[in-house]
Amino acid sequence: MKTLEQVIEEVLQLASRHCKVSREDLSADDDFFQKLGIDSLQALDLLTRLENHFHIELPDYEMQGVSDFRRLAERIQVRL
Amino acid sequence: MLDLRRFPSVGASLQAAIDRWPDEVCLIEADRERENHRLTYRQFEGLALPLASALQEMGMPEAFRAAIIMTNQSKWLVSAYAVFYAGGILIPLDYKLTGREHVELLTHSRTRVLIIEYHLWRQLRQSEGFDRLALPLVLVTETPAGADLLGAQRWEECRRPEAPRFVARRRTDTACIVYSSGTGGRPKGCMMTHDNYLEQCRSLTALYPFWPGVRYLSILPTNHAIDFMVGFFGPFICGAAVVHLRTLRPEFVRDAFPRYQITYVSLVPMVLKNLERGLCTRFAGLPPFKRSLLGALTAMNRSLTRRRPWLGLSRLLLRDVHRAFGGKLRAIFVGGAFTEPSTLQFFYDLGIPVANGYGLTEAGTAVTLNDFRPFRADTVGRPLPGMEVRISDPDGEGIGEVLVRSKTVMAGYLDDAELTAETIVDGWVRTGDLGRLDAMGHLQLFGRKKNMIVTEGGKNIYPEDIENVFDSLAVKEFCVFARNYLWPQKGLGREELVLVLHPDAGKTVDAELLEEVRRRNRRLPDFKRIRSYLPWSSDFPRTASMKIKRPDLARLITEGAGEDGLRPLAD
Repeated sequence: MKTLEQVIEEVLQLASRHCKVSREDLSADDDFFQKLGIDSLQALDLLTRLENHFHIELPDYEMQGVSDFRRLAERIQVRL
Repeated sequence: MLDLRRFPSVGASLQAAIDRWPDEVCLIEADRERENHRLTYRQFEGLALPLASALQEMGMPEAFRAAIIMTNQSKWLVSAYAVFYAGGILIPLDYKLTGREHVELLTHSRTRVLIIEYHLWRQLRQSEGFDRLALPLVLVTETPAGADLLGAQRWEECRRPEAPRFVARRRTDTACIVYSSGTGGRPKGCMMTHDNYLEQCRSLTALYPFWPGVRYLSILPTNHAIDFMVGFFGPFICGAAVVHLRTLRPEFVRDAFPRYQITYVSLVPMVLKNLERGLCTRFAGLPPFKRSLLGALTAMNRSLTRRRPWLGLSRLLLRDVHRAFGGKLRAIFVGGAFTEPSTLQFFYDLGIPVANGYGLTEAGTAVTLNDFRPFRADTVGRPLPGMEVRISDPDGEGIGEVLVRSKTVMAGYLDDAELTAETIVDGWVRTGDLGRLDAMGHLQLFGRKKNMIVTEGGKNIYPEDIENVFDSLAVKEFCVFARNYLWPQKGLGREELVLVLHPDAGKTVDAELLEEVRRRNRRLPDFKRIRSYLPWSSDFPRTASMKIKRPDLARLITEGAGEDGLRPLAD
């Protein structure tokens, strides 16, 4: 079982690669819409990539209100 | 379809639809490639009535107010019918609002019953001001096994076997309170009557009929006025079916069209544009010969459907494109914001009519709608039956404020007689939008004169609502305006917000102040961010209670400064 910190790190690395933002510029409590400069449709695309990476399914409706990397990682971790 | 003139209320007409088409499918709920369930009208009733019965047994008074905060799913519709059956007033709230905004609207609407998804309930519980809410009954769905319900009840368990009593409502009674915007001080709760919905539904289905077998793909949440009408009420009173898709991932949305043989769908302009981009990418990837052929067939289709759509022919000419959409698609509804004419033309040329229209909660979900006789990409269509549209004080080009009078006009804003009187004058809704009626009776829009912007996603943003982000800024005073309110532009799609800064005595708008403004601006979602600022050197006019007199300040600004005084607030 991965720790929350490990999941956060993997999420940040994947987001950094996918959105071409330096990993050093991202931190767990950042708002990913603002930090990555993405809209809600692009965020869905990022979710799909995270699902493929972690081999899980994240329902869209559970992601409502989630806008920072830490909470996103928490939602992922409970499904691992 | 049912003759809606015969019914006194939304609930009564839905009840009649259930009796008329008990064995037709009314709801299909899918999540990605899985189908969660499929309900006939009889089964739908079987889920709703025990809930209505439970509401009555708990002693909910007549005309109790029940809010729904849910994403796109069939329990939304089941709950809504139960509320109408038990005589309640529905408050459809946007699930995308923050917890604090939900608290504000639940307080303003004096909601007694809340129906909400578990994850949103958890968010609401942690929100500022929650403790002051009086909510005797909260029903939650999607609750994980073993989760703490935090004082709520499971929606699935809130049911009583006894037959509920159908509570009759009159046409003039309020059916729903719909918030057209307005958090941050002045919530705008539009009181929509049963008559409003019945008349709107009559006029819409006259132009775009539903019938048993028709399938409407519901992607927008049902709290959205368009989806409430064409993704719930309209299809139901015609015996048609609604397909709910619980994901917005483009790959699953695409698959849903052929899988469920979709007839109609509603989209906001942003999603339509995304669909266009996706199709363009696919077309660009075709081998040169196929690409040329597609271009030729599209041009032929455009020429042959110049006067009106010819679906059979379009499906034949552009078979592969239509097959990807399931082959049954008759129209895409789009509204809530400005749609680029080139996008409308793109789909029309492919034989997929996009019915763009114009509406606002206060006046009617759809006031005008394109009827494709012939297709016009440059207008928002003609007024629907029963809608009167006129242009107030037109200028030399015939452009003025759009006024609307109809049976679909709301009864007023909840607890705000002053704002109601400003908005509805002698029965006419002052829309604040600038438009012109052309010789064919089509409405063309040219921008907005009110202090508001509308995003591509169809959200109304009032500058007043976002000023709290700049609270205690190190200036004497500040104010946010929609740029079009200060300098009306005869153009659409370029709406933005302006921050007017009046520095403290002896100070200027310096780099440090601007950096602070930018820092706070970044806290806002992109679509709410300030794009430019205007330094201002005199005191803002204020009321006796020290509120800024916005119209007066706007006039001073437009008289005293040119638009070129605006400076970009680039990061």
